[in-house]
Amino acid sequence: MRIVDRIRRWLSESPDLLEDAGGIGETRDLPREVMRREQHEADRFLSEGAKSFDRKKFRTVYGILAAASAAILIGVLLTAVAALPRYGVENERMDEVADYYIDHALEDTGAVNIVSGMILDYRAFDTLGESFVLFTALNCVLILLRRDEPGEEGEDDYYDLTHDNILRKAGLVMVPSVILFGFYVMLNGHLSPGGGFSGGAVVGAGLILTAAAFGNAVSARIVTEKTFRILSGTALGFYCLAKSYSFYTGANGIESVVPLGTPGSIFSAGLILPLDIAVGIVVSLTMYGIYRMFRKGSLT
Amino acid sequence: MVFFKIVLLLLLIVCAVSAAFSKRLLASVIIFMAYSLIMSITWILLEAPDLAITEAAVGAGVSGILFLMTLKKIKRTGNEEKEEKDENR
Repeated sequence: MRIVDRIRRWLSESPDLLEDAGGIGETRDLPREVMRREQHEADRFLSEGAKSFDRKKFRTVYGILAAASAAILIGVLLTAVAALPRYGVENERMDEVADYYIDHALEDTGAVNIVSGMILDYRAFDTLGESFVLFTALNCVLILLRRDEPGEEGEDDYYDLTHDNILRKAGLVMVPSVILFGFYVMLNGHLSPGGGFSGGAVVGAGLILTAAAFGNAVSARIVTEKTFRILSGTALGFYCLAKSYSFYTGANGIESVVPLGTPGSIFSAGLILPLDIAVGIVVSLTMYGIYRMFRKGSLT
Repeated sequence: MVFFKIVLLLLLIVCAVSAAFSKRLLASVIIFMAYSLIMSITWILLEAPDLAITEAAVGAGVSGILFLMTLKKIKRTGNEEKEEKDENR
């Protein structure tokens, strides 16, 4: 009946016993004795709660509730899956948009890879949001992990893998091919499977491998904090300039000034290639930046 | 091919369950990376090669590395019991 008691206290506007217990509430100017008495009362209140807390019972109830909610979730999901049309079967109601994309994407966007045409032309605005989500994630990591004190900088020996022979030799073979493959995927986004995000992720993984295998000196030559700022800022700004008109047109596309070119050649598909490059730069720098923040506490 | 797909799906389930129930965090992370690799093969079989590339790079590569670095930071990679003893000392 403690809850009823607390509600009654709350209704009668007496001060909450727990308010000051965690040091969260405002400090009030009260005589020392009153404060001490209140503190004592709050302590007793808390310890009584701790005593009456039955761990075993809690575990049982928690287990039952967890199992029940998992079972309900599984049931709901299975019902939803059962209601879906069979895999690969035509469904007129649901295929309307997909059919439109398949029929018109090539002439509308000029991209042979329809997926790329979808995410960077029809739905480029979504991709802009995704790039900003990544950028925001990097900023949050920066806020949390950045070390400002000058003396604290420098890597832990704990992570130093540069004397690891296997990693170095494997890195010599892997790094060029991984980064080259990443750029290939990025630049051919409108022609073959892939695109800015996949290519950027591969390039970012290659940069991380470089930093891990060859140490800070080598990776700092490739990406410095200055290039980091300039590149990601330019990429995001370019993307904004190219696609933020969707705000004003209500997510409708407008006539592009960039010619679509011959489908299948590398300079085709209008804005898709530059947008792919911008997304790739943002994604790769974000992956690498998060790794650096985790490892060292600064971007380079 | 159907047999291969079934084996892959079973492996997915095994990996998912064992990643959740494994006692050692390091083992969990490695199982999770294996899960991502199997998932990327599954994406290829489902004819989504772009997703396969992303899954292999992000799931098996970058996020696994970030997990490992976090484990290093909180010093949970090695023998758990020994580390707990060290902490208690």
